[in-house]
Amino acid sequence: MTTGIGARVKRKEDKRFITGKGKYTDDVRMENQAYAAFVRSPVAHANVKSIDKSAALEMEGVVDVLDGHQLTGDGIGNIICGWAVTSKDGTPMKMGAWSALATQKVRYVGDAVAVVIADTQQQARLAAEAVEVEYEELPVVAFADKALEKGAPQIHDEAEGNLIYDWEIGDEAKADAGLAAAKHITEMVITNNRLSPNPMEPRSAVATYDEAEEHYTLYTTSQNPHVARLVLSAFYNVAPEHKLRVIAPDVGGGFGAKIYIYPEEITCLWASMKTNRSVKWTADRSEAFITDAHGRDHISTAKMGFDESGKITGFKVDTIANLGAYMSLFSSSVPTYLYATLLSGQYDIQNLHANVRAVYTNTVPVDAYRGAGRPEACYLIERMMETAAREMGMKPSELRAKNFVREFPHETPVIMTYDSGDFDANLAQAEAAADVAGFAKRKEEAAKRGKLRGLGYSCYIEACGIAPSAAVGGLGAGVGLWESAEVRVNPVGTIEILTGSHSHGQGHETTFAQIVAERFDLPIDNVSIVHGDTDKVQFGMGTYGSRSGAVGMSAIVKAMDKVEAKVRKIAAHQLEASEDDIVIEGGEVKVAGTDKALGWHEIGLAAYTAHNLPPDMEPGLKESAFYDPSNFTFPAGTYICEVEVDPDTGVTEVVQFTASDDFGTIINPMIVEGQVHGGLAQGIGQAMLEQVIYDEDGQLITGSYMDYTMPRAADLPNFSVHHASTVCPGNPLGMKGCGEAGAIGSPPAVINAITDAIGNNDLAMPATPQNVWNALQAASAAQAAE
Amino acid sequence: MTKVKMTVNGKAVSREVSDETLLSEFLRENLRLTGTHIGCDTSQCGACVVHVNGKAVKSCTTLAVATDGAEVTTIEGLANGGLHPMQEAFNEHHGLQCGFCTPGMIMSSVDMVNRYKAEGRELTQEAIRHELEGNICRCTGYHNIVKAVEDAASKM
Repeated sequence: MTTGIGARVKRKEDKRFITGKGKYTDDVRMENQAYAAFVRSPVAHANVKSIDKSAALEMEGVVDVLDGHQLTGDGIGNIICGWAVTSKDGTPMKMGAWSALATQKVRYVGDAVAVVIADTQQQARLAAEAVEVEYEELPVVAFADKALEKGAPQIHDEAEGNLIYDWEIGDEAKADAGLAAAKHITEMVITNNRLSPNPMEPRSAVATYDEAEEHYTLYTTSQNPHVARLVLSAFYNVAPEHKLRVIAPDVGGGFGAKIYIYPEEITCLWASMKTNRSVKWTADRSEAFITDAHGRDHISTAKMGFDESGKITGFKVDTIANLGAYMSLFSSSVPTYLYATLLSGQYDIQNLHANVRAVYTNTVPVDAYRGAGRPEACYLIERMMETAAREMGMKPSELRAKNFVREFPHETPVIMTYDSGDFDANLAQAEAAADVAGFAKRKEEAAKRGKLRGLGYSCYIEACGIAPSAAVGGLGAGVGLWESAEVRVNPVGTIEILTGSHSHGQGHETTFAQIVAERFDLPIDNVSIVHGDTDKVQFGMGTYGSRSGAVGMSAIVKAMDKVEAKVRKIAAHQLEASEDDIVIEGGEVKVAGTDKALGWHEIGLAAYTAHNLPPDMEPGLKESAFYDPSNFTFPAGTYICEVEVDPDTGVTEVVQFTASDDFGTIINPMIVEGQVHGGLAQGIGQAMLEQVIYDEDGQLITGSYMDYTMPRAADLPNFSVHHASTVCPGNPLGMKGCGEAGAIGSPPAVINAITDAIGNNDLAMPATPQNVWNALQAASAAQAAE
Repeated sequence: MTKVKMTVNGKAVSREVSDETLLSEFLRENLRLTGTHIGCDTSQCGACVVHVNGKAVKSCTTLAVATDGAEVTTIEGLANGGLHPMQEAFNEHHGLQCGFCTPGMIMSSVDMVNRYKAEGRELTQEAIRHELEGNICRCTGYHNIVKAVEDAASKM
């Protein structure tokens, strides 16, 4: 089998991308297309006193200038957060109103107040600059800890003191008792730097209203077109679902930023109706920085206690999470159910408590970015473990192994039930591949060159494949998190898979076809994958949270089970054999042990001609399935980073990065390795280069690629990627998911390596040369003082 | 408005364009060659790289009128019919995921290999990483792009 499960099949989708024939949203051009340009607030917090459109309306090519009063007047609803989190005092989260176009108040730089529709993009942009908005500026708070201080500027009336929720998980009394009994306590204040996802394709929307049919079509850069349609319909009242078609064609990366339904998509749809023109909007990169949801931005204080042998006795975490100026679609779940539930890491921790306060600030809304909550959890635990090991004079690997979970299922005190894993195997594989044994020699050699060499570990675990619908519903999710698939066997035997998952770089057109080719033993080129269009595909939940393998492919398997059952019945009927004796192989459906066989295509034809089917059988060969997982999946692994620091400049080079992952069953190792590479680049980017910076006035300092440091080829090493897998018992293929692991596991490995090199545990991300140099100076000063 | 004439992918084209029209816009909007992408507005990301008279340029920072009379090659015209060795190598080594940066990556990489070959310099992995400074990819972590360029260089 060269194209089935486990084969390194070259991607079927590549040809269009390498020849420039991909079709992205901005490549779409409609008849009678106009362009939208948004009028955005240049200040972070202000009352909108007036909007004067008169000059703009006079300008060449301008079709209309529309504002928030018109939008809300037409009944377009406020943007909502779809996950209800309850504070520990039992009160619901405090969600402030968010109109796609602000009417009374702007709350961050970039908040849209009006939109210009014009014949050309240039005309729209020029006219947007001519719209006169009078702002009455208000005091600004851009930082999460400051937003909680007494007397901080109040951002939403609904959330007193800017507190959205004050939430907890675990048993505080037990955690306190565990800490009280500890022989050693490690205490750290840890920040998780704010990031901008930056998919290379900026967000874009092309909306068309068909007046005769009262029907809308939206091409957009979405990771989940059905969810977009649902929300646009049910909450934003743009159009009923059957009058709205959402198409997410080729999408140039998502990383979370393209899950949400933003003001721009809503406004373009509504404006297409108002102007009776197709309306296109495509962000430029500067606009992306001030409109795409940001990620991370936590400040945490953590205490971890250990007994004499290094066993963890208690762990307590207090986190402040910055959610920005408005609550984005899944923002509330990220610092709670996607973060604090993973704080047990790979370790058997009986006494654990976390408290999370989510706050409003005058900044871009914050939501899920690759990893979403789990990188924050992993970074916290793994920095604590490495630091604790150093403080206690133990080897970091030894301290971790001392606390590893080894029996499954394992129930943590923070509601997760780990189903499988072999953490020792990943640690051993990574240590061998990284030649940890030879590190001392390499460090010595580096010292001769004047370089400080350091080694850092990270043993991560994450929860993927989100998740059982009833479970997430119980935790406040507004949606179910199953996935759907339809398997259509055509009369000639070729197969179309319609999936609710969405590919924006993950290679579904190849990997999904692989499991079909393997199951029915057919050429992979006879299988095509259809996704991303609500008119073609049944309702599906889309792609995020590393769920398209574990959940999306499981739905395909369930649908294939039904197809196979029908194929067996047809073959048994026509070949006069027992269904149990039917085997499907080599493009044929055979009776085992005989020469009786039908070609796969003959089965297809038989199903559709329906001349000779078993009694009561419906014609056709097409089955669908909705798969709801029974649990999260738990990818895990060990990452080891080795760095060299130039002590004179603080310039740090990642000289070696080794990954050992447990992803369960791997369909296409080439694609899985690619996912790890990309995740590692984003994680190393977070650790060393990237940071969204606001000043005290809420002005974005890092608003372009001149200021926000994207990882480039020369910033990164070649990666050493390995797998030591256990099968996931929770889904039919045994898959755990691989999309986010790299971004989750790598930041602490990098910082642990740098802090090892410089001999100072007090180092924050991103470890820029300046930060590293300062930490080195502090370490030298402390040493001199001793 | 100014009349601009040039050869794009071997075909003579001429259009009336306003003077501020960028080459990227000219290719995408006037000629509907949408393989050339716009990923930023500060000439950093390189998704828009095309060849002008055989050299890689960022078409988002080039005025269409400035390329009057030039020979322009875009990703659509890189190979006649089949695939260029660089295109094949990107597929072979999984050098792309979402595909958005890919046209620019390929155009830059072809130019890179051509320059090193013309100058007789060795194109090491380190050199490839350094040369890709003007092209940003968010998906691949560059690992497989470097492998693809290295492989294509041996076949070009």
